[in-house]
Amino acid sequence: MTKIGLEIHCQLTKLESKLFCSCKANYRIYEPNSIICPVCVGLPGSLPRLNKKAVEKAVMISIALGCKIPPKIGFFRKNYFYPDLPKNFQITQYNAHGPISIGYDGKIQIEDREIRIRRIQLEEDPGRLVYEGISEKTQVTLVDYNRAGTPLVEIVTEPDFTNPKQVRLFLNILSDLVENLDVSEPDLEGAIRVDGNVSIEKGNRIEIKNVGSFRDIEKALQFEIIRQQSLADRNIPIPAETRHWDEARKITVSARSKEEEQDYRYLPEADIPVVVIEKTTLDKLKKEMPESIISKKDRYVKKYGIPLQVAEVLSSDKFYSDLFEKAHNEKNAKEIANLITTDLKGFADTREQRKQLKITAKHLSDLADAIMNNEITRNSAKTALQEMANTGKSLPEIISSLDLGHVDDDIMLSKIIDEVFIEEQKAVSEAKTNPETINYIVGKIMRKTQGKANPSHTLDIIKKKLDLQ
Amino acid sequence: MNIAISVAEYIQEIQNGTIHVEEFIAKTLERINKVEPNLNALITKNEKALREAKEIDKKLRLKEKVGSCYGMPISIKDNICTKGMKTTCASKILENFVSPYDATVVSRLKSEDAIIIGKANLDEFAMGSTTEFSYFGPTRNPWNTDYVPGGSSGGSGVSVSAHECITSLGSDTGGSVRSPASFCSVVGLKPTYGLVSRYGLVSYANSIEQIGPLAKKVEDVAFILNIIAGQDPNDNTTLGDNTSDYAKDIDKGIAGKKIGIISEMVGEGADKEVIAATNRAISKLQGLGAECIPIHLESIKYSIAAYYTIASAEASSNLARYDNIRYGFDFSSEGYEFKAYISKVRGNFGPEVTRRMLLGAFVLSAGYYGKYYLKAQKVRALIKSQLDEAFKKVDLLVAPTMPILPFKIGEKIDDPLTLYLLDINTIVANLSGIPAISVPFEIANGLPVGIQFMANSMQEKLLLQAAYALQNTTNLPVVPL
Repeated sequence: MTKIGLEIHCQLTKLESKLFCSCKANYRIYEPNSIICPVCVGLPGSLPRLNKKAVEKAVMISIALGCKIPPKIGFFRKNYFYPDLPKNFQITQYNAHGPISIGYDGKIQIEDREIRIRRIQLEEDPGRLVYEGISEKTQVTLVDYNRAGTPLVEIVTEPDFTNPKQVRLFLNILSDLVENLDVSEPDLEGAIRVDGNVSIEKGNRIEIKNVGSFRDIEKALQFEIIRQQSLADRNIPIPAETRHWDEARKITVSARSKEEEQDYRYLPEADIPVVVIEKTTLDKLKKEMPESIISKKDRYVKKYGIPLQVAEVLSSDKFYSDLFEKAHNEKNAKEIANLITTDLKGFADTREQRKQLKITAKHLSDLADAIMNNEITRNSAKTALQEMANTGKSLPEIISSLDLGHVDDDIMLSKIIDEVFIEEQKAVSEAKTNPETINYIVGKIMRKTQGKANPSHTLDIIKKKLDLQ
Repeated sequence: MNIAISVAEYIQEIQNGTIHVEEFIAKTLERINKVEPNLNALITKNEKALREAKEIDKKLRLKEKVGSCYGMPISIKDNICTKGMKTTCASKILENFVSPYDATVVSRLKSEDAIIIGKANLDEFAMGSTTEFSYFGPTRNPWNTDYVPGGSSGGSGVSVSAHECITSLGSDTGGSVRSPASFCSVVGLKPTYGLVSRYGLVSYANSIEQIGPLAKKVEDVAFILNIIAGQDPNDNTTLGDNTSDYAKDIDKGIAGKKIGIISEMVGEGADKEVIAATNRAISKLQGLGAECIPIHLESIKYSIAAYYTIASAEASSNLARYDNIRYGFDFSSEGYEFKAYISKVRGNFGPEVTRRMLLGAFVLSAGYYGKYYLKAQKVRALIKSQLDEAFKKVDLLVAPTMPILPFKIGEKIDDPLTLYLLDINTIVANLSGIPAISVPFEIANGLPVGIQFMANSMQEKLLLQAAYALQNTTNLPVVPL
């Protein structure tokens, strides 16, 4: 049977400062090597100062993933030489001598499958290497230490996946979860990075590293399974090794064999005293944690009668569920959920699009109320929503400027209906016997009024004109 | 003007206006220039010392607020970072390194208007007990310049002993403050682990080492401790409050105190002069009203092995950062692949540092961790628990600081194991984190002998009281240089 396990690196992008110093953590927006200090570039004599907030955020992730939290957490040094690693060791956690990492023995449910979490550890991200120059000969390696020391949580699963599709599903759930916890922004480039381990029946374990994007891990795993199977089919042994994902060619290539594995010479990090996690701290953090996606979903369904599918979409999307929470009341909740999931999400789904939205909670609740009070058709509401999102104008302003109010005036409506009756004589004669055709005529009228005709009122007039009452 | 004075005497003279900071510093620099060719205690001299002295004099003249050090000259071991002055660790690897920040102890001293007169020589990265393993050449003992001054804070011990400064800061990983204190006839304190911030101390064995003061008098050491001790947000391992006054009641005496004589440290392997001196010290302590009883610390026999395992392991990790990429010495990386470059660069460490890094990398490697490192940590825990037991019976422990008298430069340099064994009396305090102090007691055959006291964690006041009481029984000759 195919077995897949994952190692997920998730940056705690919502933290202000780095893991062991007070330098800013949002390295993406700064000039290279401009947010560094003696601690994060490992100058002689500097010492790490543990960011307590990072510990709290990591504990929240552990709780959310059903992990046990040890009473004492500690740090280790992982020693290896690499130019992006200023101290030539990484401060991380290591459970080989007993659980001291921020979480262990967790689990998460994906559909009907339980994925066990082996451990969750808090660690520092290294710097970033930038390669410049065209040919190999002229290439230079530049180092940007802005990222060095930014807080990272590594989540290690047991090999509980049997196919890459489950992996994608898991990663989607996980990234919604960390976003909902307000600890990370999965849309940021490099905020979540995934390594995978794959083995097929009786085969050795292969580690896949260097997978740049979230989507590529599924492809890389898929490729790797097929590669291993084709070796097995020809009775060629599958050596245990680390393989890199070649993004351009969409294949995995051998990086190093098991014999070449690094010996990290783990050593306790004596500069950071053991952190005692008291029960009171745990209770406090549990209280501070945002409502889970599952609990939100249940509440949306039970309390507001929102359809399950809509509730699922809404609850797993922190941005829009936050907007929903601010906008809704008990009466208009369902309508707002609809507006968000069917209309708003349709034209503002990416991070960039969302950032530009000028819409507020009040916009949404006003719009939902207008729909429910029959002041505007659903069709016009969609137009209004788009206008609100683009301009931030209020609903009354938009209704008057775009002329979106209902055409409710009897004389006006009657005139339009007469016009349609002339254009659609065949349909009109059919309509007397076939109710379906009436809907067709209503549709024509809607088109003529750009969706502004009050539907029930229109139907009444048509029926009257056709003597159907 | 006499520059061979204690902290208290210096402050008194400045406050009385009998001397000015500038003339004292000028005289000190004169002294440095005279003795340095023979001693090599300082790697870098502070070119701005006179200017700093003038500024303090000006503040005094204008009756502005002046820090409690009043421009007192102090030397700083060259593994403690000083902004704007080189911090070389006596290594080729950091030959040109200038720290962009001050160590916490340095900024505390500066804010009290101490003048850093120079950076003191040491064994490369503080690895050694003789100050012979310096890239800048060995430091010589002012009592006899053919002899080693102890180490690794040899430059600190010598600069105080030879009146190149009034006090000094050293660092003590396995006895590196107390050994030169003993060999140079000055006082040296290794505080409780965590009492003094290590921020800015270039790490060698970070779970063990502490910065500690060296001075002519016990009360001088207490004075410096008052300035440098206490919690520091930049060092998560610091503890204790910042308000204890270690100088207060220093003359309280030790009448009625129980003092344990560590049997394992006054027998086999020790010079007879050292044992004789220790016995005389014990008689003096009894004469002061202390009750002295023998104490056995059986785990001591494992302490050297445990110490060199842990310290080397930590060193191999702490010194990994010296790859010459961000700072270091002049050596272009042009044309090198990364691994080839760093191995070329790292070939520039001296022999003792290389030895310990290799040893450390070995004991941490896969399959050996449990056999060496974990076992060493168990020994460490055992030593601590035996000490805890001992401190239920006694208030203090006493032993010679060094088992032997100072020896000649070069005599043992090719015999690392013999050199390691010299730490036997001092490393107990490092492995267990307890404070220890070395007090000058005698001159035997023209060479100094120091006596060591140890106390339980955070019992520095008691330790200083005992050291002060013993100091008052002595009448030592002045340094011949």
